[in-house]
Amino acid sequence: MRRSYVSIEGTAIRFGDNVDTDVIIPARFLTTTDESVLARHCFEDAYPGFANRIKAGDIIVAGANFGCGSSREHAPLAIKGAGISCIIASSFARIFYRNAFNIGLPLLESYEAANAIRQGDRLFVDIEEGEIRNLTSGNVFRSAPIPSFMLDLIDEGGLVPYIRKRKLSPHRVV
Amino acid sequence: MPMTITEKILADHAGKACVTPGEIVEVKVDLALANDITAPLAIKVFREMGADRVFDPSKVALIQDHFVPNKDIESAEQARVMREFAGEQGVVHFYELGDSGIEHVLLPEKGLVLPGDLIIGADSHTCTYGALGAFSTGVGSTDLAGVLATGEIWLKVPSTIKVVYQGQLRKWVQGKDLVLYTIGVLGVEGARYRTLEFSGPAIQSLSMEGRLTMANMAVEAGAKNGIVPPDEITRAYVAERSRRLGVFYGSDPDAEYERVVTFHVEDIEPQVACPHSPDNTKPVSEVRDVRIDQAFVGSCTNGRIEDLRSAAQVLTGRKVHEGVRLIVIPGSRDVYRKALSEGLFDIFLDAGAVIGPPTCGPCLGGHMGVLASGEKAVSTSNRNFVGRMGHPKSEVYLANPAVAAASAVLGRVGLPDEI
Repeated sequence: MRRSYVSIEGTAIRFGDNVDTDVIIPARFLTTTDESVLARHCFEDAYPGFANRIKAGDIIVAGANFGCGSSREHAPLAIKGAGISCIIASSFARIFYRNAFNIGLPLLESYEAANAIRQGDRLFVDIEEGEIRNLTSGNVFRSAPIPSFMLDLIDEGGLVPYIRKRKLSPHRVV
Repeated sequence: MPMTITEKILADHAGKACVTPGEIVEVKVDLALANDITAPLAIKVFREMGADRVFDPSKVALIQDHFVPNKDIESAEQARVMREFAGEQGVVHFYELGDSGIEHVLLPEKGLVLPGDLIIGADSHTCTYGALGAFSTGVGSTDLAGVLATGEIWLKVPSTIKVVYQGQLRKWVQGKDLVLYTIGVLGVEGARYRTLEFSGPAIQSLSMEGRLTMANMAVEAGAKNGIVPPDEITRAYVAERSRRLGVFYGSDPDAEYERVVTFHVEDIEPQVACPHSPDNTKPVSEVRDVRIDQAFVGSCTNGRIEDLRSAAQVLTGRKVHEGVRLIVIPGSRDVYRKALSEGLFDIFLDAGAVIGPPTCGPCLGGHMGVLASGEKAVSTSNRNFVGRMGHPKSEVYLANPAVAAASAVLGRVGLPDEI
């Protein structure tokens, strides 16, 4: 029984290929680690007013290599802080992929979904099953399976509780 | 079972006889690295994990380089968090200002990263140390906090793309041009989740500084790591800086590669990556009508002494074009001192350049050379995304230091031979 991630319903917000972390959160805002401050500046230069237009639960749908570039974890934090519930893309840059799961922002890879979903479509996403239902068009997509190791992380609620519980328990031999 | 150099390093650090691509392994980390942007968040998460002490204070490097000398109150506060944590934990390799520099210039120079090491850094350009035959890759702050707490991290074993560079480099062609050309061919996600293994005669004759530049930009093709099998050049570089030589791994002749790509470097001219992507590359000779406002020589990609010498060679006896700002930033105190004692500063100053203290500053649009709306810059840094160096309506052209210096003199993108 996985409880960390339930199913999600939200509206699609479209992005293209190679959305980089400088665009997600420009470097001049990296002088803070506060999620709510980062969220205010999410996509500020490329899409002014982005943070104000988001409704909690909205889903980003993007093309290839989402989150490429700098390793700044401030990028998934800003997206999560802005209220985005999940990102669907045809592929993700590797550091962003790890970071998102570590902080509890689920990602699904599906080339077909990323190509077919349009701006404003209503989506229903089942993270565990990797199922994406487009409620507007009626299409159903399957995402690439999340590696079992990542599911373990999700089960624990992210890397922080995972390490606290499995690595730093009092029984750990130091 | 035959293995690549990357697979061998991962296998040894996982305590296994062999590993195969796709497998997830838990590895022991030789050095954990963070900077003044990523460390404060990692420290916050380290506390949330309930961790008390870092796994080994001698295997942690905390380096202030992005927003130093502190550009504002917030960055000063971030630096303080890092400094206090380093003191509390007895972190051996804590560097700020005087003895510091850009992390990826500093660590190889100080002999803190060695062949065969496994290095995890909260900075995407941690892949730089592959130039020494180490496995090194970038992660986020939460992953880094986990490493600080446990000394271990899980990694998916990447498959390897081998890139073979045949032949001899043309005049003015450097490691930067080879890697820009390679990214242009592969694309920004062409090596996503994979290893880029650089080899062939042109690499064997390339200096360590040129190799560091190449490994540094592996991430710009999406790679997990870039790596150059260590050789005599590696040995000479390490022996000068460290009592430990490290472990020299190599790829087995029958190791399995996902792809082998061969380039004949005689065909490669100096390259420039045009806005707004590192894979938008063209020969400099095709981009000569772009007028520029600023040129920057520095960064973790090209802020080493060889890079400054290359820029100085072009600038000797010449002046920067009217209306162009030239910024030169040595990557570390050692680079700064060498440049000063070799007389390079006089050449830069006479040309009309400004010399900054070691910092990442302008590369990420942080400080010390931020661009205004509509401005164009030639930069020796590593990324030219929208707004990377400042205003979202500014443009960045990535090039090698000789091309950046020549462009500063010409007032437009151009080659040293045009002056």
